[in-house]
Amino acid sequence: MFTGSTRPTHRRVRDSAPLAVGDSLERRAAASSLLAGFGSSTLRAKLLVPPARAMGEGGELAAEKHVRYIVTVEKKKDSFESLVMEHIRLNGAYWGLTTLDLLHKLDAVDAGEVIQWIMSCYHPESGGFGGNVGHDPHVLYTLSAVQVLCLFDRLDVLDVDKVADYVSGLQNEDGSFSGDIWGEVDTRFSYIVICTLALLHRLHKINVQKAVDYIVSCKNLDGGFGAMPGGESHAGQIFCCVGALAITGSLHHIDRDLLGWWLCERQCKEGGLNGRPEKLADVKFRCPFLKLFMFFITLSWHHRFD
Amino acid sequence: MHGRPRRPDKPEDAAAAEAKAAKLRDLQTQVLRNHHSHTYSKEALGLSFKLLELNPEAYTAWNYRKLAFQHNLGELSELEAIKSSIDDELRVVELALRQNPKSYGAWYHRKWLLNQKLAPVDFKREFGLLDKLLKVDARNFHGWNYRRFLAKFMGVPEEEELKYTMDKISDNFSNYSAWHNRSILLSNLLTQQKKGFESKQKIFSEEFELVTQALFTDPSDQSGWFYHLWLLAQTSSPENPQLIALWPSNGAKLSLSSVREANDKQNTPFSFSSICCYSLKEGILPIVLFFNEPVKGLTPSSVSLNSDLVVGKDIQWRPLSVTNSGHSNCWVTYLEVSNLEYCSSQQFSVEISIPNTDDIVSRSGSIYNCPVNFTFTFEPNNIDSITKDTDLIHDPISWDCSEPLPSHVKPSCIHFDQLKITNALIQEESKWHLERLSDELDLFRELPDDNSKFAKLTLARLLLACAAIKSRGSSLIERRGYCEEALGLFNDLICLDPSHKRYYEDERSLVLMDQLTCNMESFMKYCSVQVLPNLAPLNHVQLCRLSLTRIGFVERLLWVQMLDLSHNNLRSIEGLEALQHLICLNVSNNQISSFTALKPLTEMLSLKVLDLSFNKIGAHPINTTRYVCPSPFSHKVEACEAFEECQKKHINVEEFWDAILFFKHVNLVQLGFEGNAIANKENFRTLVVTLNPSIKWLDGACVH
Repeated sequence: MFTGSTRPTHRRVRDSAPLAVGDSLERRAAASSLLAGFGSSTLRAKLLVPPARAMGEGGELAAEKHVRYIVTVEKKKDSFESLVMEHIRLNGAYWGLTTLDLLHKLDAVDAGEVIQWIMSCYHPESGGFGGNVGHDPHVLYTLSAVQVLCLFDRLDVLDVDKVADYVSGLQNEDGSFSGDIWGEVDTRFSYIVICTLALLHRLHKINVQKAVDYIVSCKNLDGGFGAMPGGESHAGQIFCCVGALAITGSLHHIDRDLLGWWLCERQCKEGGLNGRPEKLADVKFRCPFLKLFMFFITLSWHHRFD
Repeated sequence: MHGRPRRPDKPEDAAAAEAKAAKLRDLQTQVLRNHHSHTYSKEALGLSFKLLELNPEAYTAWNYRKLAFQHNLGELSELEAIKSSIDDELRVVELALRQNPKSYGAWYHRKWLLNQKLAPVDFKREFGLLDKLLKVDARNFHGWNYRRFLAKFMGVPEEEELKYTMDKISDNFSNYSAWHNRSILLSNLLTQQKKGFESKQKIFSEEFELVTQALFTDPSDQSGWFYHLWLLAQTSSPENPQLIALWPSNGAKLSLSSVREANDKQNTPFSFSSICCYSLKEGILPIVLFFNEPVKGLTPSSVSLNSDLVVGKDIQWRPLSVTNSGHSNCWVTYLEVSNLEYCSSQQFSVEISIPNTDDIVSRSGSIYNCPVNFTFTFEPNNIDSITKDTDLIHDPISWDCSEPLPSHVKPSCIHFDQLKITNALIQEESKWHLERLSDELDLFRELPDDNSKFAKLTLARLLLACAAIKSRGSSLIERRGYCEEALGLFNDLICLDPSHKRYYEDERSLVLMDQLTCNMESFMKYCSVQVLPNLAPLNHVQLCRLSLTRIGFVERLLWVQMLDLSHNNLRSIEGLEALQHLICLNVSNNQISSFTALKPLTEMLSLKVLDLSFNKIGAHPINTTRYVCPSPFSHKVEACEAFEECQKKHINVEEFWDAILFFKHVNLVQLGFEGNAIANKENFRTLVVTLNPSIKWLDGACVH
């Protein structure tokens, strides 16, 4: 296992393909993990695809328009719609900033300002992050905070062990994870904690085997996964469970043919994707579903699923 | 909101919206202030009530209410007061759910309250709430989750919950949530062998009838089809793992040699019992056991090996699989046959037996329960004259120079034996499976051909399930008819449902491989022999230009030494790791897109010649199989000197980590990789030569 005792330097790895949301962060974690043992420090691994071509085949993405949209939305804090989601602003920051990063336009925002605001959501007593200033800590926002800091290569502002202890301390006896001190259990939280710890290189702080066993106990007869044992298969939950299993090298627990087919069937006739059988397609399941062996499904996640 | 078109705001709307926003902002600010100052007065509570009614997603407000509840509870002693307090909370939840029936915060608050166990639960109220919500939206999974929680909490028997699913399904067949719950409850009841659920056969027969009604009523609804697939899996796979193939076969007589015999003349008929004994260490004979599903637990005590050779030695069995999970279909042990004291034509016999043991188990915990016994003999020739194995190939191997098998060669000379091991239990089980599935087959063949893709797919699956059952314990040749029909269906599906083409292509490839290899007589036209100077002749199988996207049924190819899979559409070569005799492999002109996809080749000790040319390696920045195999991404790769070695030669480890991990585990003599994007990368050749120092030919040219 690559557990270098020196703090790894994070490299920016640019992925051209749009499906790389969690993917680019994983690459970074893995890339630095790979070299941590050798103490190398200044390599910048770039995928050599120039930005103009980074938009994929079949039509140009109006990159500038997207950048402008994200930057203006960030400023609109007072509408009812914004207020009602005020408590998940940290998640929103992650989605917006990752998009900018994919468009190679992260410099459209002031990194210092963003980082300062993120740290104002930090709870030093517990080690967790709230969704916005003044909101209680929860793993959902802690992961977003860590992800955004990774985007900016600024994990140095964190007390890494404190944050790692916060999330790892939420593991229960049966291997499951609670979202916060109040005890709600959901496989989403398993993924969130495992992803956070992988980015912070602290996976050893949890009982990985038990975590995996719990997730496997949530496997359903259609090959998918639910929020808890017995819970119905749902694309969002499947993303979390598969992600957690991928990060921990446990994908062999999945019946790939069965699950792969279930996932293929999420694509509706119009081309959109639904989250469960006989449900409507929804843009929040913008998933470039890749067949069988391809496992990182991108979700434009909303806090709530339908 | 879903399904609502966006419209520009009117001025009156704008003012109202602003007022609404201001109200919300005030509430949120005040509640947070009360939360931070630990203010739990009635007034403060009232504000949080208003907030949660307006915005049930404000999770901090739910936390605040829990704290307030606990705080105020400390001042109450009478049960009535406590109940009233709980009721207040339950009412907040109900109102919040009215605003958003899928609010995680609201549902959890209710669950948390009940778990405090401070007062008896009003059973009627809880199930009443659920009924109301599930009537409005029968697919609300929060509701179903809460129902499962409640049933367990209240000790409601699963049989009753099963009835509820029946009610919901009768209301509307298209209720995947109800079918899902039904599958969970049935599995539990059957596992626990509850009263009325002792017979799997009876239960599944009833379920088939139920689901078939749904399918014939509305074939376009998915729910029934998924449930049917589950039922099919329950009724077609044997309970216990089965041993389906092994190499060498029972009763085989092998003549081991690597070099061509000195006195062999050109027109001496070759002996097909000759096996080229090729491996990284000289003189190792692999013994392969192949099961129908992944198992673990093969140890010297569960599988015993007796031979004159290995007296007193412990034989270690290794799982051969791409993932390092401990379970595998394919297991191998290596018998060392060099350093033997022997006189010419001495024969050695090896006996393998699996006694009655509980050690060999499948993933689901079922035990392998068929004791067996095999023997084979071998005669080592010229083993002592083996030089370093890589020196045996003096000229690059060409893929076009094989000769057809002489007509007198009979298929039985190829060492393949499909095991016909069954016991009474399996035959009994198989009989019921076959009856049940034959009924289903008849039913589905009668479905009017309205081009329902699910109907065709299910029919294809039924055919393949029947094929598998029929050939259990008898000849594989029974499978041909089913395979042919299934192939036709998959071809139809590729046209009917092009967005899922790749899935059907994979399934079709598997059926095609089944059809080709199930009958050794007709398979012979794909077999030939490569005669090389210096070496014993190699068995050569050619499966080119068949549009294969995937490999299957490798247990029938364990004897192959030279395999040509060129000019197909292979995206993966999983399964090939079982081919322990493979010396030469041609996968050129396929769709292989990464080195991690080639992981199976790292398990082959004998592989010396590889043609990878004209694939897609290096073409796409994202390596899509990197989580499936051990890699830095799955946190399962160990540091190794290979990385250091490459860094010293200025090879970019971050870019080539997957190539490094691949080449470190193979030892090739001949490699072709032109026509891949990676061929143009700087330092790639250096990488190959550094990690495979024995390599002689790269893309046809000499290396040294």
